[in-house]
Amino acid sequence: MTIDSSILSLIVFFPTVGAILLALLPANPTLQKWGALVVTLLTFLFTLHLPAHYQYGLSGYQFEVNVPWIASPAIRYHLGVDGLSMWLVVLSGFLAPLGVLISWRAIDRREKLFYTLFLLQQTAMIGVFVALDLFLYYGFWEWSLVPMAILIATFGRTDKRAKAALKYFLYAFIPSAILLVGMLWVYAQTGTFDLPMLQQMAASHSISSNQTALWLASLAFLVAFAVKVPVFPLHGWLSDAIFEAPTAAVMVLAGKLGLYSILRFSFGIFPEQSRQIAPLMIALGAIGIAYGALVALVQKDLKRLAAYSTLGHLSFITLGIFSFTVAGIDGGVYQIINHGISGGALFMLLGALYERYGTYDMRELGGVAQKLPWMVTLFVITALSNIGLPGLNGFVGEFLTLSGSLQTIYVAHPMIWTAIATTGVIFSAGYMLWAVQRIFYGGMGRRPDEVSGWDLDAREQVALWPMAVLFVVMGVASPYWMRAIDSFGAGFINQPVVLNLRIADPHSATNLPGIPVSGTEGGAR
Amino acid sequence: MSSALLSILPEVVLTVTGVLIMLIDPFFAPTASKKALGWLAVLGTLGAAGATLLQLRSHQILVTFSGSIQMDTFSVFFHLLIASIVLLTLLVSLDYFKPGVTSHSGEYFALVLFGSVGMMLMTCSVELLMVFIGLEISSISTYILAGYRKGQATASESSLKYFLLGSFATAFFLYGIALAFGATGTTSLTGIASGLSITAFPTMAFLALAMMLVGLGFKVSAAPFHVWTPDVYQGAPAPVVGLMSTAPKAAVFAVLLRITATTYSSELLHARWVLLIGIIAVLSMTIGNLGALLQKDAKRMLAYSSIAHAGYLMVAYTALPADSIAAAAFYTAGYAAMNVGAFAVISQLGGYDEPLRTIDDYRGLAQKHPVLAAALAFFLLSLVGIPFTGGFFGKFYVFNAAIGAGHVWLAVLGLLNSGVACFYYLRLLTALYSRQLGEEGGEFEGSSPAAVIAIAGAVLATLLLGVLPGKVLGLAQRGATVQVSRNR
Repeated sequence: MTIDSSILSLIVFFPTVGAILLALLPANPTLQKWGALVVTLLTFLFTLHLPAHYQYGLSGYQFEVNVPWIASPAIRYHLGVDGLSMWLVVLSGFLAPLGVLISWRAIDRREKLFYTLFLLQQTAMIGVFVALDLFLYYGFWEWSLVPMAILIATFGRTDKRAKAALKYFLYAFIPSAILLVGMLWVYAQTGTFDLPMLQQMAASHSISSNQTALWLASLAFLVAFAVKVPVFPLHGWLSDAIFEAPTAAVMVLAGKLGLYSILRFSFGIFPEQSRQIAPLMIALGAIGIAYGALVALVQKDLKRLAAYSTLGHLSFITLGIFSFTVAGIDGGVYQIINHGISGGALFMLLGALYERYGTYDMRELGGVAQKLPWMVTLFVITALSNIGLPGLNGFVGEFLTLSGSLQTIYVAHPMIWTAIATTGVIFSAGYMLWAVQRIFYGGMGRRPDEVSGWDLDAREQVALWPMAVLFVVMGVASPYWMRAIDSFGAGFINQPVVLNLRIADPHSATNLPGIPVSGTEGGAR
Repeated sequence: MSSALLSILPEVVLTVTGVLIMLIDPFFAPTASKKALGWLAVLGTLGAAGATLLQLRSHQILVTFSGSIQMDTFSVFFHLLIASIVLLTLLVSLDYFKPGVTSHSGEYFALVLFGSVGMMLMTCSVELLMVFIGLEISSISTYILAGYRKGQATASESSLKYFLLGSFATAFFLYGIALAFGATGTTSLTGIASGLSITAFPTMAFLALAMMLVGLGFKVSAAPFHVWTPDVYQGAPAPVVGLMSTAPKAAVFAVLLRITATTYSSELLHARWVLLIGIIAVLSMTIGNLGALLQKDAKRMLAYSSIAHAGYLMVAYTALPADSIAAAAFYTAGYAAMNVGAFAVISQLGGYDEPLRTIDDYRGLAQKHPVLAAALAFFLLSLVGIPFTGGFFGKFYVFNAAIGAGHVWLAVLGLLNSGVACFYYLRLLTALYSRQLGEEGGEFEGSSPAAVIAIAGAVLATLLLGVLPGKVLGLAQRGATVQVSRNR
């Protein structure tokens, strides 16, 4: 077994091994923290093997391992990454040690339980990104819910933590049950759970000739993923879960898993149906952007503000990928990574503020800049990255998604939806900068007046600076990342798809082009 | 060894051990610890499992005792399953009874063994009267076991209720046998299988099947024959609930599978049978889950959950023959592992007096007993149907079979139901990991090593059935082939 074929298994299961070790070790807080840090750092190190040895010219999956697991029904242990998932794996590896560092002081009891669950969560998440067998994928997908729900239920901030955990679990689990029916139906039609095989069948229209059933199955997939993203209006769980969850959990709570799954499975297995539902999803994306921004504007609680800002960001990505243009998909994928970093940094800083002043309420804060100069520096950089300031990472992603949505041929007036989406950019600058102003400037707030607070310590600096550096590097050197991502985006769009017009899209009166669609030009890099 | 002896060797071993325990019991002082008898029962069960493996190794189908017993891979599968359940139950029970407090623990072990003889007999009988005898042997033992916490009103209620309704249901089953005899002139399942396709009384034949379904539906607590379940489970000792919610049900499900196989010969009857089972499955899933949502008592909640699981399992019966048998057999195994495990943990946490009743009593137990709580959490997740557990693979397999037969609606209803179900399992789970402590501290009297082994075994079984189901699945599929080939 070469290192290339076992590296993915190592990355996926190393955190689990770490979790088991932590569970067996005594519940000494220092030991548990350092243990978790070592495990996550090692995992991150392993993930770096992927970009170092990735063959950029090739399309298709790399670092594959594909062995039979269960004979009947035919289930295989099939892992692999391509341009879409490679950076997501690295991102998960990168965020985990930072999550441990930021929890150092915030988690002050039951550390063993916390870090064990945190590591299990990492296995499930990375597993989702690398599984290429539907059954295996579903396993990781469902498992990603469990540690998170227990984390929220146990380490939540207020007395409503159990309720928030249940809400999160139910929201994700019930659509997943229907997703399972969809998967089983696909299996009944094709006799395989293997994704690459299913993609081929989808391209040659041989999954099923029953258009209605195909539609229902594609909806079963899409709804389950859209809830997890979440796409407006399925975001009911997001705000409560973010409000309750500890920082390290929030950083990985939303976005990546659902969006990745849409790109991989909805687009991969149901290319036609996904294009036909694109008008609806573009509309929902644009509405989500505006809605998220407007609701964020009126929040007084910083975590809720960040939650709605998250909804806005994720809606941007939804808009981008459902434009079915190379620019939109590339930008969307890039923005998933950006959101992981920028959004993650924002939550880390909010968590740090909370550790100092014990509140997320903006009305009780104010004038903090005088006391915490490092904090304000990093906060402003993070806010600018979240807003999408040119030169920082957020700009690249937003620019590409918007240019993608402008070029899309799947809605009649792409200009209108793009215009609505663009207002989101303005509003997000509004609420972010306003928040900065209310926290850091102005008169001294009640809490900072009572509690002196302390500036970012070395540990927090170590956790935050890599992010700040990445904002700039990813803003000016995007081609480094785009190389891999574009091989996915362009490869997907250039695949000819014949749209079947017998079933008209129920959500839109738009006439869809019934000709083979080929990729449009890649957009700005 | 004569083939007749080989075909019932596990039953013989268990009976001999049970009788031995009854004979030795009087030599113990009433207040002495009867643990030695428990270990003897464990040995006997291991012996029965060994005898079953001997049967498996002989690679043959034996029909003995004038065509009333059939030893095949199918019966071997269920024998092994029942032996494993009984083994875990015995290990959990070893320290459950406190010497001096409960002087009647000797015959407890004998009753468990006798009960399992009945259950095993059901799974290898191909003659309805023999099935009936097995059913009675197993039922009578469980009636007594249900009331084993003497002196407690709920225990007596549990036992009496189980007995009264149980005997009523048995009568239904007996009527069914009589009608089947009327319609086909035989009580042998092979005879019925060929008789059903040519019978001059199709209505009577259908009525016979329906009657038997009522009787057996009661035993597996399928809705609408489920009303006894919550009360009985609440009052019975936790290890016994672990046993009676799995082993007798596995046996009855095996009988149901054999009866289902007889209907393959008649298309009309089979379609009706599938419809009946489908209705019962949907009712059980829905009533079980909705009922569980409303429960405050943990054991009652798990009782309703077992009703729901009976429903999921019955979905398998609507599938194509080969799939349906393998799926149902696998599901019983997965369900047994997690349910026995869950009740094992509950009996460990609570002990004989069972102070932990409501879900709130379980709050914060993870802080006091992290390992036991983690085990219970794992079983609950398996009951929810989270992947990489036996519960998930069972459900996956059952619904895969249903969809393969074109019953997508059943799968949608079933999986939606499991979505609802996660709500109440998670309520218990979040309670376990809650920061506040429950009011009932749950005086923990030191864990029993035997029970810990049993719980570890159940965890391992649940995990293996979810991650490496190949072996068990293979055995279930081989058992299925036997059934299908014989009745087609």
